[in-house]
Amino acid sequence: MTRPTPETLAHTARRARAAADPTVDADQAATRTATPAVPAVRPAAATPISGASSLVRSLEALEVDVVFGIPGGAILPAYDPLYDSTVRHILVRHEQGAGHAATGYAQATGKVGVCIATSGPGATNLVTPIADAYMDSVAMVAITGQVASPLIGTDGFQEADIQGITLPITKHNFLVQNAEEIPRVLAEAFHLASSGRPGPVLVDIPKDVLQASTTFSWPPTLDLPGYRPTLHPHGKQIREAARLMAAARRPVLYVGGGVLKAGATDGLRRLAELTGIPVVTTLMALGAFPDSHQQHLGMPGMHGTVAAVYGLQKADLIVALGARFDDRVTGKLDSFAPDAAVVHADIDPAEIGKNRHVDVPIVGDAKHVIDELIAAVTAERSAGRTADLGDWWTQLDDLRNRYPLGYDEPVDGTLSPQYVIKRLGEIVGPDAIFVAGVGQHQMWASQFISYEKPYTWLNSGGLGTMGYAVPAAMGAKVGKPDTVVWAVDGDGCFQMTNQELATCALEGIPVKIAVINNGNLGMVRQWQTLFYNERYSNTELGTHKHRIPDFVKLAEALGCVGLRCESADDVDKTIAAAMEINDAPVVIDFVVGKDAMVWPMVAAGTSNDEIMFARGVRPAFDEDDI
Amino acid sequence: MTMHTLSVLVENKPGVLARVSGLFSRRGFNIDSLAVGETENPDVSRITIVVNAESSPLEQVTKQLNKLVNVLKIVELDPQVSVARELLLVKVRADRSARSQVLETVNLFRARVVDVAPDTLTIEATGTPDKLDALLRDLEAFGIKEMVQSGLVAIGRGSRSITAGPALRAA
Repeated sequence: MTRPTPETLAHTARRARAAADPTVDADQAATRTATPAVPAVRPAAATPISGASSLVRSLEALEVDVVFGIPGGAILPAYDPLYDSTVRHILVRHEQGAGHAATGYAQATGKVGVCIATSGPGATNLVTPIADAYMDSVAMVAITGQVASPLIGTDGFQEADIQGITLPITKHNFLVQNAEEIPRVLAEAFHLASSGRPGPVLVDIPKDVLQASTTFSWPPTLDLPGYRPTLHPHGKQIREAARLMAAARRPVLYVGGGVLKAGATDGLRRLAELTGIPVVTTLMALGAFPDSHQQHLGMPGMHGTVAAVYGLQKADLIVALGARFDDRVTGKLDSFAPDAAVVHADIDPAEIGKNRHVDVPIVGDAKHVIDELIAAVTAERSAGRTADLGDWWTQLDDLRNRYPLGYDEPVDGTLSPQYVIKRLGEIVGPDAIFVAGVGQHQMWASQFISYEKPYTWLNSGGLGTMGYAVPAAMGAKVGKPDTVVWAVDGDGCFQMTNQELATCALEGIPVKIAVINNGNLGMVRQWQTLFYNERYSNTELGTHKHRIPDFVKLAEALGCVGLRCESADDVDKTIAAAMEINDAPVVIDFVVGKDAMVWPMVAAGTSNDEIMFARGVRPAFDEDDI
Repeated sequence: MTMHTLSVLVENKPGVLARVSGLFSRRGFNIDSLAVGETENPDVSRITIVVNAESSPLEQVTKQLNKLVNVLKIVELDPQVSVARELLLVKVRADRSARSQVLETVNLFRARVVDVAPDTLTIEATGTPDKLDALLRDLEAFGIKEMVQSGLVAIGRGSRSITAGPALRAA
């Protein structure tokens, strides 16, 4: 298991000391030893404490077990009570790491991820992970220190208007005005982050508010009169959707990340099997429906499978469940699925009709929507109305057989990145969590690893944040310490956030990192190959040519085990060697060829009809079939 | 494109106007006119926004507005069944020779003179944007030295109130 480190031991000792300490006030001790319960039913009577203690007590009452952060001047008062808290604080090396770690934790566990930073640069370093969490609807609470209230607006030292900066990238944000508000604001922040369409919520707290004397009582009363997410869908719309599903000849279930967020994967499988309708899962939904399931056509979109792209394109009915018709899925919007009627179910009414005209809008939580669809479809079936999907499946099976996902071995004898990723998935197996950065390796990891279970695939889908993988894997491993967590990263991405490996090494977080090192910003290079006449402007990173940095030495310098693999023969044994190491983070430098490309591909701005199966190869479709 | 008048009821808290106006600009909408003030309930402010948009993008911006946690309710006011007014203050050149003609125009539009100087009159007028435009056209002949206009405020006709409702009482 995890190797104990000075930091983890000190934390454990502090917790034990605090639990045994008779001077700790009775109420605090009661909070610590209480068995986990619904936060709202764990009352605490009003006791006088500092704003900072109120913040930490609120986190404890909200059953936060871990926060990722870095202290600094304005947030410093909070770090004093945090020192004695049951809340584990993981000291990261860069605030961006704290933010992505909170996201990885949230995506792996379904709980709210929490990150903490100080004012000014600490807060602005959180901007990227907050924007990332916003685009991917991740339940995250970011707590930032702010300069003292009298300094706000004076360009004080380390002042940044983080509430203003994060207005467009948070579900909501707060600037706490006085210490009395702290428990209520924290409770509201957690409620907003985790309910409805999840998203990041920022709580900015001025230093004087943290230092002020206040009282703490729990639970607070939430005051959110304008926030009323609709969870239960409208029965009439559900019946209409079921009627269309029973009548369609070429239906597709278009499944997005909302199905994972709602915990609706069991229901999805029942609905799919009940109706026999083909399923496509978006990049954010991989694992929501088993990749190996016969009804799974794969991922749609820019680098989706031919069957999934054409399934949507030629559908006469698209049932979108927690998906948002993103441009990477639809391609050129006005030529997307021209003959399809659209049933669009989403918990966010603003998503419905945003990009694509909708015939049956359904506002509701995916779990309720799917459960009610199952009932309505069952009613249709018992009334004798079912669709015959035989012809549709014949067509789709033909496409699947003719255009499976695959790759060519590099002609220059270099190691194939797809082979590495494929073997990684096969050797590690479907119980592990895979976390990807952004680029070619991300697409290959989405294509060549088989996701059979929900919450085993984490990535930055909407924002496309390079550098996501290492810190997000760290957060996922903290949340799921008994699960093997692999980051599949690129050499470009890895150089953005690998400093968090020091955090992993010291805090006892044994993540495994497969660096798919092709010496280049691979996806950008691919576009230069295809669209810029092979003029490779600023995509060569030198990790091959100069071996700068040397990822093995870098890993060792960061307290990790560093391994290198340069040939296909060594792939299996290097992965096996990494799997043997469970007391330290491991980095494998897979030195792979630079010319491999991600296929299939729908070029940006073109129609999905223009999908290319490989370079210069367009799939042949029998138009008469369709 | 058509003009739409939205009445947006929001929690009366710091920064709410920035959230609303920021949303319009980031989703690519131009606000033609904006007016903000408290309502009969001091916890609730009312923002009246006039926006020039097609109906489908307007629906999208309304949905996005509804997602703002501080937004309590949004009602689009139908011009047929609502009363809408702007306030105009305008400083017009009016020396002895022109003064009586200016005052005639003021009376014609049922406007008021609120300040007098030897060579100017300052006129206050309320009305629909059309009426104020007509007044300004007439005054232009004399020479407009300075003018300022408020955003449009509007309210539905009849006895129904958009501020009734459980969410707003809770606020």
